Amino acid sequence: MHGFCRDRRDKILVNFSNGCNPQGLIIVHSRFSPRLGRRSNNKIMEETLRLARKHGPVVQLVQNLVRKRDFYAGGLIIMFGLLMALKGPSYRVGTLMHMGPGFLPTALGIILIFLGILIAGTALTVPEGEDESILPEHPEWLGWACILTGPLCFILFGSFFGLIPGIFACVFVSALGDRTATWKSSFVLAAVVTAFGVGLFSYLLQVPMPLLAWRGL
Amino acid sequence: MITTALTDLWYGFGVALQPHNLMWCFIGVLVGNMVGVLPGMGPLATISILLPLTFGIKPVGAILMLAGVMYGAQYGGAICSILLNLPCHPPHAVTCLDGFPMTKQGKGGVALGLTVMASFVGASWGITEMIFLSPVLVQVALQFGPAEICSLMLLGLLAGSTLARGSPLKGVAMTVLGLMLGIVGTDLETGAERFTFGFTHLDDGIELVGLALGLFGIAEFMNSINQVVSINTKYTKVRLRDMRPSKADIKQAIAPMFRGTMVGSLCALIPGTGPTIASFVAYATEKKISKHPEKFGTGLIEGVISPEASTHSSVQGDFIPTMSLGIPGDAVMALLLGALMIQGIVPGPQLIKEHPDIFWGLVASFWIGNIILVLLNVPLIGIWVKLLTIPYKYLYPSALFFVSIGVYAANNDMFQVGETVVIGILGYVLLRLGFHPAPILLGFVLGPRFEENFRRAMLISRGDIGVFVERPISAVFIALCVLLIATQIYVRIRGNKNVIAPATAFEVAE
Repeated sequence: MHGFCRDRRDKILVNFSNGCNPQGLIIVHSRFSPRLGRRSNNKIMEETLRLARKHGPVVQLVQNLVRKRDFYAGGLIIMFGLLMALKGPSYRVGTLMHMGPGFLPTALGIILIFLGILIAGTALTVPEGEDESILPEHPEWLGWACILTGPLCFILFGSFFGLIPGIFACVFVSALGDRTATWKSSFVLAAVVTAFGVGLFSYLLQVPMPLLAWRGL
Repeated sequence: MITTALTDLWYGFGVALQPHNLMWCFIGVLVGNMVGVLPGMGPLATISILLPLTFGIKPVGAILMLAGVMYGAQYGGAICSILLNLPCHPPHAVTCLDGFPMTKQGKGGVALGLTVMASFVGASWGITEMIFLSPVLVQVALQFGPAEICSLMLLGLLAGSTLARGSPLKGVAMTVLGLMLGIVGTDLETGAERFTFGFTHLDDGIELVGLALGLFGIAEFMNSINQVVSINTKYTKVRLRDMRPSKADIKQAIAPMFRGTMVGSLCALIPGTGPTIASFVAYATEKKISKHPEKFGTGLIEGVISPEASTHSSVQGDFIPTMSLGIPGDAVMALLLGALMIQGIVPGPQLIKEHPDIFWGLVASFWIGNIILVLLNVPLIGIWVKLLTIPYKYLYPSALFFVSIGVYAANNDMFQVGETVVIGILGYVLLRLGFHPAPILLGFVLGPRFEENFRRAMLISRGDIGVFVERPISAVFIALCVLLIATQIYVRIRGNKNVIAPATAFEVAE
């Protein structure tokens, strides 16, 4: 039997292997480990084995699944499928010969659910990869926020104050997302892009948007 | 047949050489070459940004320019791979393996010079293939009824999603998601509003530009912010003089160049296998037939020339199914097809007959564009190399502005900018979950036509679903679909051991 016991921070506490159980890997869920306490290695191993025998197959299955990225990927697809399959019939499905507007959405929804189950299911068959976390190693919350806020600033400033403030705000805010960016560098970049953008889009391409406006809030 | 093709081509040159068309073609390849060099910007994002700006010009000029961006980027991408070891464009990832070692040995200029030569040869072959094959395909395709079109689309969608990068299952899921996004909006036949959730702005459906920029613009920026490694400019001093290859180099390059071209043109004929796969197959082939395979990766000319030639011949060849059948092979082609549709041109076999100026003008412009690219790349290499050093932190904020105004300009509608942001978030989540969002675009563009033809086929057959296997041509397509799925399952069950070179090469390159 091969197995290891993890503590609450997912550190591996015990690692053991001998060849008596064909079931293969057993991962004991972290919630069992506090009960193990500070006992001797031997005791921990015994306890782990006991728990593994008791909860083994189920825990193993669930553990295997929720650690996999594909499990969540499949889940997301199933969600999309459910949305379509449940909403589709409200548009009238019709018959095969005279299809209503709801026919294809419903059919595609069912296909998506099926695909989602397959994706989540195949997560079981492959061994755990190196990168199974959904968030990247160093989440760039500030960078993401700036990237998403940029276009939103363009909407806000563009619709209320015109093109120039729109461009400036969009570039300035999104430039702040870079780790090495400073207020000054963002300001300069935003000013340069604004000048260029006004020239290109307003004068050359005639995008119908006032350069400066005041529409009030 | 050859004479008609040549007359048509002559006519095409007449169209493409008109001053304004020539200008659009030039702008297209120039911009394409530029974004190809810039690390972190892809042709997909660029074409989508430029797309709204082409609404004002005639369809011919628009498509010449957008296509120019596409193949221009291939030239630029090679520079990036060879001099910086950055696989910023997937088709050129494999070029890094031998291109960068050559640069380290001080032969980067030679590698670039030979690459330009191989690219031109590859592209020329691809164009020739297009000239002679497209009319033949059209002859066949004109006899297709709705059932055949439907199963052909199914084959195209399946191939496009299973043969691309990543897990085939996830690819198919992405295609279906794309079909679903294509459904949003008013149903053409009944006028029912589907999945608009009460937003009147969504009545016309999701905007193609918004979808593409969300998935390949915003999501990509989120993926690569603060991730782009500082660029090593140690080897980027290349002068025109360095690019001239010696006679021995040319002799060594000729055979791999033609082999690469052949591989590329074969890959172009299989729907769904774009330039990326072509370049990997070419590299693997070269390695397999080489007398000293162990030397690959140390800066072998064959390892640079063959993939580059195959990429270019495949890029041009990819236009064949797109233009003659209306079935795009990958996301870029889907986008170009979408551009044609926005201009009011119905893609499909009737395109060549109804709009000969577009088809033959495009073919002729390929040649003109490729000559311009050679002229641009050889003497101006210094400028392109300088572009490599533009840091990402200046690039992405500017690009975000272009994204915003591009989406706005498509319909003068701010709602769609917000829509793009939402799609961007969804795209990033999908990326993190291991999906490659390119097939979404494929499904999105083909979706409405698929539904229309499916309905029509069912109406004609009186609701008998068996019509797809009863009609011989359609049955062939369905059989190919089944074969495709069966192979995928077989490969899966056999384990990943036999998955050919692409997978491993990708790991090396990424």
